[in-house]
Amino acid sequence: MIGEVLVECAHMSCAYNSTLAIKKIDFTIRKGDFVGIVGPSGSGKTTLLKAILGSISPVEGHVTKKPHLRMGYVPQVETVDWNFPVTVLEVVVMTRSSTGRLPRVTKDELADALLVLERLGLGGLENRHIRELSGGQQQRVFVARALFHRPELLVLDEPTSGVDVRTRHEVLHLLADLHDEGVSIILSTHDLNGLAAHLPRLVCLNSEIIADGSPVEVLTPEVLEQTFGAPMEVLIHGGMPVVVDGVGADIAERMSRLG
Amino acid sequence: MIHVVAGLTTPFRYQFFNNGIIVATIAGALCGLLGVFVVLRGMSYIGHGLSHAVFGGAAASAVMNINYFVGAGVWGVASGVIIGRIARRRLIGADAAIGVVTTASFALGLALLNRYGQAKKSIEAVLFGSVLGVKTIDIIAVSAVAILSVVIIVALYRAFLFATFDPEVAEVSGVRVAWIEALLMGLLSLTILVTMRVIGTLLISALLVIPASVARMLTNSFARMLWISPIIGAVSAFTGMYLSYFLDTSASATIILTGTLMFIVVYAVTGIRGRTRISGLHHI
Repeated sequence: MIGEVLVECAHMSCAYNSTLAIKKIDFTIRKGDFVGIVGPSGSGKTTLLKAILGSISPVEGHVTKKPHLRMGYVPQVETVDWNFPVTVLEVVVMTRSSTGRLPRVTKDELADALLVLERLGLGGLENRHIRELSGGQQQRVFVARALFHRPELLVLDEPTSGVDVRTRHEVLHLLADLHDEGVSIILSTHDLNGLAAHLPRLVCLNSEIIADGSPVEVLTPEVLEQTFGAPMEVLIHGGMPVVVDGVGADIAERMSRLG
Repeated sequence: MIHVVAGLTTPFRYQFFNNGIIVATIAGALCGLLGVFVVLRGMSYIGHGLSHAVFGGAAASAVMNINYFVGAGVWGVASGVIIGRIARRRLIGADAAIGVVTTASFALGLALLNRYGQAKKSIEAVLFGSVLGVKTIDIIAVSAVAILSVVIIVALYRAFLFATFDPEVAEVSGVRVAWIEALLMGLLSLTILVTMRVIGTLLISALLVIPASVARMLTNSFARMLWISPIIGAVSAFTGMYLSYFLDTSASATIILTGTLMFIVVYAVTGIRGRTRISGLHHI
């Protein structure tokens, strides 16, 4: 069954000053989607997310959202000031800035926040400073902040960038659980094998949409070369595509000949 | 014993000193409060620049015979909002643009006072502050700005916190970040305006930075910083002002030196924890 449309980008172009970051893309997110945007650096992934969030406006075309769509945004953790004096609880309740104005956290807010933290495995950490947490816990605090807003659509910018393998697994499991609970998800990632290949829908972007479909449909040598501008090979392992850097394979072959 | 007590209370016999110490203490608390945002946003250069900009307004209003609070106030708030927009939009190098705008304003103020004012005395008073000139209107003005700042920051606490910590996500979550920043710059300009006559243009940015930095070393909580920093600001201002009477030194310089001493003591006492906390602050 096809879900209702949450966000629709029609012929959308976005630019910084006079440089186009995204050119005339048509793209739809429906209820129940779990979409990954992949592409090289500067391909417009973050721009697309920002256009969906409404923090930048298209210079051409338009973005249509379901009325009163609640969105939660998880930025790249590298952009966070970990030295900022805030506790886990303070971070989580921030998203109710427009309704909860006073410094005091209300009983209802505290109950909601503790529930979200417990749900994400962060129970008992509410009074810790954000820097005192592990990489996986830090990532989950920002997911908790987004979830506290009770989003229908969760938007994540590079959720596994700069994290170790264990944290990446934690994040992937967490997102899969949230998706099972009915949250629609869109994320950007560089991580083709560790994250993108596990998602039900992938979009390859390089200013324009190169391909949109399941990982098996999208992760092909032709699409990848067109997207990343470099040769890549694709192996199938356990029914899932595994992307191998073409140049890397070539170097490995030369190295093996040396041996 | 009676002589010692009498000696210690001597300065309070003078009305000018009482006016000065009241304004300085409230100014210390106010600068401490707004300094939290200045320090956490890495905007200490804006505080410095704004005080220079307000100096231009103060000089222009003196020369044109306009009320100080009106002339310098309009000039200062306008400069604050313009500086805020330049910093936010990053159209050109923010540091350079602010440097040019504010030092030009400062230079204009100096030139106007040289040409038309009773140059030396008024320049020194504005640059280094003077307790002699503090009047009841100054007490009213600094109290009004302090109350306004507390009310606004408490009422919009979460929006201020969110916009300071993570402006991009705050914007997406419905916080009007540009409006919050304009409000903050307006309050900062007003604060500089009402405290400048006591603290002076050159040292006011130190009063914005030192108490908040000390508070940051003492706590990991934004909410606690917001009350620790004003207390430190008020204590350094009161103590510095009081000591200046006996040491026969400039009140503003003694206030800043008292704050600096507190900074050094807290830096030494809090050890690695304090140093780690403060190491992440920008532009200090």
